[in-house]
Amino acid sequence: MGKLEKPQKRKLDKTTVKERDLNNIEDTEDSEEEDFFKDQIKEDDSSDSEADIDESEIDESDNENYESSEEESEENPDDVSSAEGSENEEDDEQDELSDNKEDETSEEEAQIGDKHEGTKQDKNKYKSKDKAQVEKHKAKTEVKVQTSEAISDKIEGSKSLVTTNEYEDHDTSDEEDIRNTTGNIPKNWYDEYKHLGYDWDGNKIIKPETGDHLDEFLKRMEDPDFWRTVKDPQTGQNVILSDEDINLIKRIKAQKIPDVSFDEYAPWIEWFTSEVEKMPIRSFPEHKRSFLPSRTEAKKVSKLVHALKMGWIKTREEREKLRAKKEPQFYMLWSTDDQAEDMRRIHKHISAPKRLLPGHAESYNPPPEYIFDAKEMKDWNKQKNTPWKRKLHFVPQKYESLRRVPAYPRYIKERFLRCLDLYLCPRAIKMKLSIEPESLVPKLPSPRDLQPFPNTLAIEYKGHTDMVRSISTDKTGQYLLSGSDDCTVKIWEVNTGRCLKTIQTDSVVRCVEWCPNAALSLILVATGNDVLIINPGVGDFLVTGKTDDVLKEVPQSDVVVSERVKTTVQWCEPEEKLYERGVRMHLKHFKMVTQVTWHGKGDYFGCVMPDGQSRSVLISQISKRKSQLPFAKSKGLVQSILFHPTKPFLFVATQRHVRIYDLIKQAQVKKLLTNSKWISTMAIHPGGDNLLVGTYDRKMLWFDLDLSTKPYQTLRLHGTAVRGVAFHKRYPLFASGSDDRNLIISHGMVYNDLLQNPLIVPLKRLQDHQAFNDFGIFGVHFHPLQPWVFSSGADSTIKLYSN
Amino acid sequence: MVAKRKKKYTVGEGAQFMTRKAALKKLQLSLNDFRRLCILKGIYPREPRNRKRAQKGHTGIKTLYYVKDIQFLLHEPIIWKLRDYKIFNRKVGRAKALKDFENLRRYLNNHPTLKLDNIVKERYPTFVDALRDLDDCLTLCFLFSTFPSLPHIPRDQSALCRRLTMEFLHAVIEAKALRKVFISIKGYYYQAEIKGEMVTWIVPHHFSFEPQQKSEVDFKIMSTFVEFYIVMLGFINFRLYHGLNLYYPPKFSSVSISETEKSLVDEEIFVSERVCALNFPLSKTSEVAEEEEIEIDNFNSEENPEKIEEAKREAEKIKKLKTLFKGLKFYLNREVPREPLVFIIRCFGGEVSWDKTLFVGATFDENDESITHHIVDRPSMPKQYISRYYIQPQWVFDCVNARDLLPVSKYFMGEVLPPHLSPFIDKERDQQYIPPEERALYDPSILEQQYNKDAEMEEEGKEDDSEDDNGEEEDEDVEEDKQDSTMEEVEAEVIEDNTNKKKPKLSVTTGEVYKEVPWKKDQQDRQAFKLREKLVKNKHKKLYKSMMEGRKERAKEIWLLRKKRRLHDEKQAEEKKTKKKQK
Repeated sequence: MGKLEKPQKRKLDKTTVKERDLNNIEDTEDSEEEDFFKDQIKEDDSSDSEADIDESEIDESDNENYESSEEESEENPDDVSSAEGSENEEDDEQDELSDNKEDETSEEEAQIGDKHEGTKQDKNKYKSKDKAQVEKHKAKTEVKVQTSEAISDKIEGSKSLVTTNEYEDHDTSDEEDIRNTTGNIPKNWYDEYKHLGYDWDGNKIIKPETGDHLDEFLKRMEDPDFWRTVKDPQTGQNVILSDEDINLIKRIKAQKIPDVSFDEYAPWIEWFTSEVEKMPIRSFPEHKRSFLPSRTEAKKVSKLVHALKMGWIKTREEREKLRAKKEPQFYMLWSTDDQAEDMRRIHKHISAPKRLLPGHAESYNPPPEYIFDAKEMKDWNKQKNTPWKRKLHFVPQKYESLRRVPAYPRYIKERFLRCLDLYLCPRAIKMKLSIEPESLVPKLPSPRDLQPFPNTLAIEYKGHTDMVRSISTDKTGQYLLSGSDDCTVKIWEVNTGRCLKTIQTDSVVRCVEWCPNAALSLILVATGNDVLIINPGVGDFLVTGKTDDVLKEVPQSDVVVSERVKTTVQWCEPEEKLYERGVRMHLKHFKMVTQVTWHGKGDYFGCVMPDGQSRSVLISQISKRKSQLPFAKSKGLVQSILFHPTKPFLFVATQRHVRIYDLIKQAQVKKLLTNSKWISTMAIHPGGDNLLVGTYDRKMLWFDLDLSTKPYQTLRLHGTAVRGVAFHKRYPLFASGSDDRNLIISHGMVYNDLLQNPLIVPLKRLQDHQAFNDFGIFGVHFHPLQPWVFSSGADSTIKLYSN
Repeated sequence: MVAKRKKKYTVGEGAQFMTRKAALKKLQLSLNDFRRLCILKGIYPREPRNRKRAQKGHTGIKTLYYVKDIQFLLHEPIIWKLRDYKIFNRKVGRAKALKDFENLRRYLNNHPTLKLDNIVKERYPTFVDALRDLDDCLTLCFLFSTFPSLPHIPRDQSALCRRLTMEFLHAVIEAKALRKVFISIKGYYYQAEIKGEMVTWIVPHHFSFEPQQKSEVDFKIMSTFVEFYIVMLGFINFRLYHGLNLYYPPKFSSVSISETEKSLVDEEIFVSERVCALNFPLSKTSEVAEEEEIEIDNFNSEENPEKIEEAKREAEKIKKLKTLFKGLKFYLNREVPREPLVFIIRCFGGEVSWDKTLFVGATFDENDESITHHIVDRPSMPKQYISRYYIQPQWVFDCVNARDLLPVSKYFMGEVLPPHLSPFIDKERDQQYIPPEERALYDPSILEQQYNKDAEMEEEGKEDDSEDDNGEEEDEDVEEDKQDSTMEEVEAEVIEDNTNKKKPKLSVTTGEVYKEVPWKKDQQDRQAFKLREKLVKNKHKKLYKSMMEGRKERAKEIWLLRKKRRLHDEKQAEEKKTKKKQK
């Protein structure tokens, strides 16, 4: 090893020489040093790096320093402790170390420059002060290549000393600091002791006295060198750093090469070159075998060649080619654009739907209205756990320029979800309804083409003090009859709205009906258990008089009234008081009468007593003053009855069904199924073929008696129970009133042609009545001649609507 | 003798469907292999009409496949390849464990490969079918082309994606097929018309790759999709190039792109070269004069001549669009995303270049006097040429969507950009909100009105200012005027009163012409309709209700957007005003 390294060493020495040259160090010294190096190499084979050499150099120079300083030490040994206030300096130095600001450095330098002389002296002083200190200082700056001019000067000065004291302290170059023999251990192990460790002779190194904080503060205030004082962990002594040290620290901080004199840009010298030297370094010739081809190598090569030949191994190019072959090769797969060649396809293929195309909201610069405001943002955040309920799947963003648009963080996730959809989502063909909702609404003629019909409120008849349950008009349409819960019956003049007559009764008036026979001036009033037949005494004087005359003759009949009828109804002559009021006949029933209705001829009338069980329907004849019970058995709770306008039919509405009886044959003709819970009222078309049934469950049912027993049409025009329905005698109109205060006028055209079904068009909704106890409209009645309609409401008024 | 009773679910829906578990059992595959097979073959679950019957009486939701589909898979040779893979993996694992590197190398060298050519043909029997399904393929390939090397993704996949997508872009450029572009927050949307099919794809913004959690994204599945899509896109590219008389793989006519070796080394270089390549035309197999646009002949068919007219107009517009940027020279500044812009500009016949020192492939320098548009994306520039417009990139996109060169004034450097609107809005759909900017596109007068309004507002503001300046003098004048006017008014009133008193005595009032109040008629109609609404058949009642509700909701949304816009505009106007006042 030693042999090989020798030339190298020499070269290294040369470099150091060069460096020396650059640093303007005198030739003589160089030569001397060279000699010294040579010596050292001889002594120490193991030291083979440049750094080591440098180190030895440092040692040397340090020693020199030491020597020189020792001489001067006697002059003023206690100068170190003499201190001046130097707070500023300290601050400066701290800044220096941390920030490396240039201006401050310059200041610092200036300061240092001012004190140049003094510091020099200081340095000498401290070096002379304690041997150990100096050594420590040297240890600190081991890395340093000490070549500053000042020192070199000193070297010059103390050349003679160098030679003599060369190995006084340490005789090896790479020696570590061994003033303290404890070695490399944590110093805190000695925290509890008075000493720091042991010196070379085994004596304890006693810890120096540490002043309290006050002392430290005073020192800081007074000592000008405080900022450059550091504690040596080896000996526990304070050491004042020299200018060189500080410069060194600064350079290291600034990440420069610590050595000031080192030239980074020196020309590069290649020590190991490819160039052939003219003179061989080794003097012996090359061995013979270096000229002979190797047999083993030849064997290996021949093996490779053979493998290549046989194709066992591939060259790089061949491998490339193979890989290219393995890559998908593209060719003309489809010969035409749209003609399918015979190919197996998957069964009933449904291609995946395309993704929705983006709207304005997805733009990087959307119109401002698409940006979420605070409320929308709050909603968005609220739906964090239910993201599928959100209207958009992203928050619209606005960027002022394209440059600022970042990558979309959910992009990969979205693509992945699409992939999942493609292979995992069940597919089915769903028909999408592309119709307008309007097309679901039946096409009907416009109301304007179906005039006339009542559409404006004309007259209000006020005078009743309680709900008006029932209304009716005379055949000419001059007078209006109304019965109310305030136990009165009032007769009004239609055109003027004047109340002509008020007839007091004993009980609540549930139903009033004007006799359809024009020759008779009679009204039926159902009040409590009684039915009163009253001659109102309005209208034609002759008619009223004649009516009275006719009724005065009591017909004599020999027919025995059955017991059953007798217990149901009693025909009485009215008392005097009643007669004066106009009552011509008084029928006392055994149960409460809720409805009376005239037969079309005006001789018969029917009464309904819902509580009467099998005797709930009673038909009476005025001319003969007798009654009969048509039914022997109850079919249910009878709601209302109705006579057919032309045929001898009776319609009986029980709770759910309407039964039609032939009165002559005494048999049930039909049973109409209403498919509703509770019938309230019914009305028959003047033609007699169509029946309108109102129910408490909000429906109106139009039965075409020719068609079937099921309703031809179910009208859900009202929101609540329907309480009154009516047909117009002449016009194709019908009306319905309900508890939701609506009076709805509809067009109900019935054609003579059997093939054409009735046309039903709702025309107008009128809402003028007030609600009272959840009741709205009770009675609905059309004017017999005009297209007008009356409605009586729970708000104790009657209203007339005209066209 | 009683006929043998038929077993349940042997016919009908019960026999048509198969659960996934049953399918796995039948195919004797693991779930992973089955998934891969389904992705490659394009088999997907079906939604039965009656789930309970299809699941043979089981309730709950199961993944159901057609039995016929599974039978179709049963004959698939790929299944054997998948089994080979399994064997291969086991061999390799064993060799690795035994450190038998010689065999390991041998195994790895001849690993089984799937050949998907026939599957592409099978899934897409015609070219147009393939084009119809190209959306997902392109989007995924463009995404993969931005991926770094990842575990579970073959290394060459993303490289191949890069190559194929680039080739596709070239084909689009050559065919001038691009129709619509859109910058969304997710990426760039492009829509091209190829063989009458609209193909839409998304290219993500820069730096789109983010490592994903395993629970969030399974790259393995995506990779399987890409495995198929690569092959499909390759064949499509081949056919497209063939149709355009281009060489496939593409050859660049003028510039030889530097060695591929280099491009593989550095991602950056690759990307820049890829963009660079877009800037050069491809060499053609035969120099045939371009096909003349086929004129739509005049057929005197009775069925809607309007439609034909419309189609004609559309064709005219598209023809114009194809040469939108012809003769324009664009220069891209450094900060502008080059790939989308180069692609778009080249698609519409423009010339484009960029800083030569930054990226390769520049065709002309910044100091070229013939540059017409300089695209910048920064608020200001120190050195500007007078001979060109300095515009922001959005101008290019908006021009393409408007199919016309828009005025540049609103897009100048440093200007606040007008909103960028989506071109994909279906105009036929009713009940959708149309922002005022979009309305202005159809009818420029609206925007003018708005401008006028603004101008008026500004003028008003000015007037106010002037009044303020004049101050007291005017006020006095005004007061005097007021006094005069009030006096006059009083006199006039007195006169009028006199006349009124006189009038009714002798005159016959002229009959008033009955005017129909329009809103009243409307109201009547509405009321009538409301009544008629109640006659909707019971069967349709729910449908009708839901439709009406939906309509109401949409109306509300529109109303909300409109309101927001109004508030925004008002606020802005106010800000403008205050700014002016401060000045």
